[in-house]
Amino acid sequence: MKSNVCKLLSTAAIAATISTGAAAATLDDVKSKGFIQCGVSNGVPGFSNADDKGNWSGIDVDACRAVASAIFGDDQKVKFTPLSAKERFTALQSGEIDILARNTTWTYTRDASLGLDFTAVNFYDGQGFMVRKDLGVTSALDLDGATVCTEQGTTTELNMADFFRKNKLSYVPVVVQKADEALSAYDQGRCDVYTTDKSGLAAHRTKLANPSAHLILPETISKEPLGPVVRHGDNQWKDIVTWSMFVQVNAEEMNISSKNVAKVKSETNDPGIKRLLGVEGDMGAQLGLPADWAYNIIANVGNYGEVFERNVGPSTPVDLPRGLNALWTEAGGIMYAPPVR
Amino acid sequence: MSDKTTPSNNSFLNDAGNRALIFQIVLLVMVVFAGYYLFSNLQSNLDNRGISTGFSFFNEPAGFPILIHLIEYTEANTYGRAFFVALINTFVISLLGIILATIIGVIMGLARLSKNWLVARLATVYIETLRNIPLLLQMFFWYFAVLAALPAPRNSYEFADFLLNKRGIYSPNPIAQDGFGLVIFGFVLSIVASIGLIIWAKKRQTRTGLWFPAYWSSLGVIVGVTFLFLAVSGFPIEFDLPQKSRFNVTGGMVLPPEFVAVLVALSTYTGAFIAEIVRAGILSVNWGQTEAARSLGLRDNLTQRLIVLPQALRVIIPPLTSQYLNLAKNSSLGAAIAYPELVAVVMGTTLNQTGQAIETIGLCMLVYGSLSLSISVFMNWYNSKMSLIER
Repeated sequence: MKSNVCKLLSTAAIAATISTGAAAATLDDVKSKGFIQCGVSNGVPGFSNADDKGNWSGIDVDACRAVASAIFGDDQKVKFTPLSAKERFTALQSGEIDILARNTTWTYTRDASLGLDFTAVNFYDGQGFMVRKDLGVTSALDLDGATVCTEQGTTTELNMADFFRKNKLSYVPVVVQKADEALSAYDQGRCDVYTTDKSGLAAHRTKLANPSAHLILPETISKEPLGPVVRHGDNQWKDIVTWSMFVQVNAEEMNISSKNVAKVKSETNDPGIKRLLGVEGDMGAQLGLPADWAYNIIANVGNYGEVFERNVGPSTPVDLPRGLNALWTEAGGIMYAPPVR
Repeated sequence: MSDKTTPSNNSFLNDAGNRALIFQIVLLVMVVFAGYYLFSNLQSNLDNRGISTGFSFFNEPAGFPILIHLIEYTEANTYGRAFFVALINTFVISLLGIILATIIGVIMGLARLSKNWLVARLATVYIETLRNIPLLLQMFFWYFAVLAALPAPRNSYEFADFLLNKRGIYSPNPIAQDGFGLVIFGFVLSIVASIGLIIWAKKRQTRTGLWFPAYWSSLGVIVGVTFLFLAVSGFPIEFDLPQKSRFNVTGGMVLPPEFVAVLVALSTYTGAFIAEIVRAGILSVNWGQTEAARSLGLRDNLTQRLIVLPQALRVIIPPLTSQYLNLAKNSSLGAAIAYPELVAVVMGTTLNQTGQAIETIGLCMLVYGSLSLSISVFMNWYNSKMSLIER
């Protein structure tokens, strides 16, 4: 019951700490302690996962590294706190972490009632179903009477219930506390169907005894925009996290990557790129950041396309297509960021 | 105290009674103030952080499903109802666990004392193995080992109208038809008659010393009379039989593997501890008591029942109470293998969907606190009833 203990402690922490006010300057705190405390998952391949030496990697990890690059010019000034789905919001509310980047879905209730703010979307996801191929199911609408396994503490329970109710299908829910046990219950045959976000299905399928015997159904039953979260009320900090993401999307659009950013900086004549990379003007000062903040993000972490390819792209075990996460200029893509000017 | 021994300069503060009172008042004020400080701090911090508080979410639709519900529950019901569903699940597993663990514990405790070498060794192995493996591990073992061993629904094991597969144990579901009220009437009647029989037998034994097998006869009366009424009213029960469908089994009643795994894990684990408590209790009764009973001519099983066990119980009950409390609290581990008890539903799904951490955790603490206290109160009452009455 470690998770419950943690939660109690953080609850007690909220109760015991003397209020520092809603508009606490997280940037000043971060600068004085010299690193960012970043809340991540216990291990979701491609999003936030630690290797055997304790080095974290993933899209969410890179979101935190980008912010560290913007502030310190060093993407290693991040410390990671692994959190379960249930612990994550309390850890952020109580100030234990500065950013929550834990494949967290942006929803109305979370944004409005938890004292939190979502900053940007770094992955457009949607919930799907995985079944055994030998069941002969080709559509989620064939699942009447099926037993469905899922993990607790996420948005999937509600989506699953809504989907089956909307389509008047009966089902048996088996809700397990941790993702790994939910998956092995499915693998053992307790359930016909395993449901979670489609990126998660792809990642989890690699862990099954025989991955090729399982099929991810075509239906996407929900919108799951995932992104980093900060505490409500600290607008400057929110803007820093938001624009650290937007810079990466803009960089991909302008064909600036970690490989060519130094060259582009010295050679470009484009005033827009000069402003972005801090050659002209001082855009960073408006957010309390150094002039070369965007340059550092691109040089250390790369543009959004590089981040995607490195963590979840076709060359990785997770093997996800760009899909919705392609730039808006590509077919089927909706990844779009306001301009830096 | 007489005036002679009291010093004349005895001030108000020098009086031991007054001083004790003052210290208690000071302590009370400090505790109340500390509590108030923490509470108001919590309130202002929650306000500052824009976190909504209160139990108003209890009236909102929950939207999530629950696997096992003994009262009517659908996704359209409220969080409040989901809470009660979970509460009942926790109560049921705790109560059944306590009953089963006690039965297992008594049998294993006696077995370990048995003169039969094999029986005693087997009991020892059982007790030492189960006591020394963490409960969570045992739950995973029962859940995943049982799942792995059973067939898929379409290859279910079948016995008569019962089905057994990975999805659970399916049995026919009895549905009452017209005229079932008469059977219930007969059942109640037979229970009343049995109580009368037991009271009569006890009085007669006190008066004449003659013994009558009242409990066995009562059982016969209850079964016989109920069956008679069933036959007279023309067996007004129909059975809804479980049937294999495309994915699962439909119809009938089902006992899901989650429930079975939690129940088995809780009762065998706690049963191992209870076995040792029972053994200690029996060994604590002086051998002279047994010899005295034999010299009065009591048979062996009467010696155990009337002489040894009542005295052993005085040693057994206090540690047994704490095992019961442990079992009730350990039922929260069921969340790990999808048994929808309080921690899973309230501190898991409800907390996640509403974000009301303080309310939901506080509520769970309150429930476990009161559950444990009621077990404690009951066992203390039973203990004082069983304790030695000195005349």
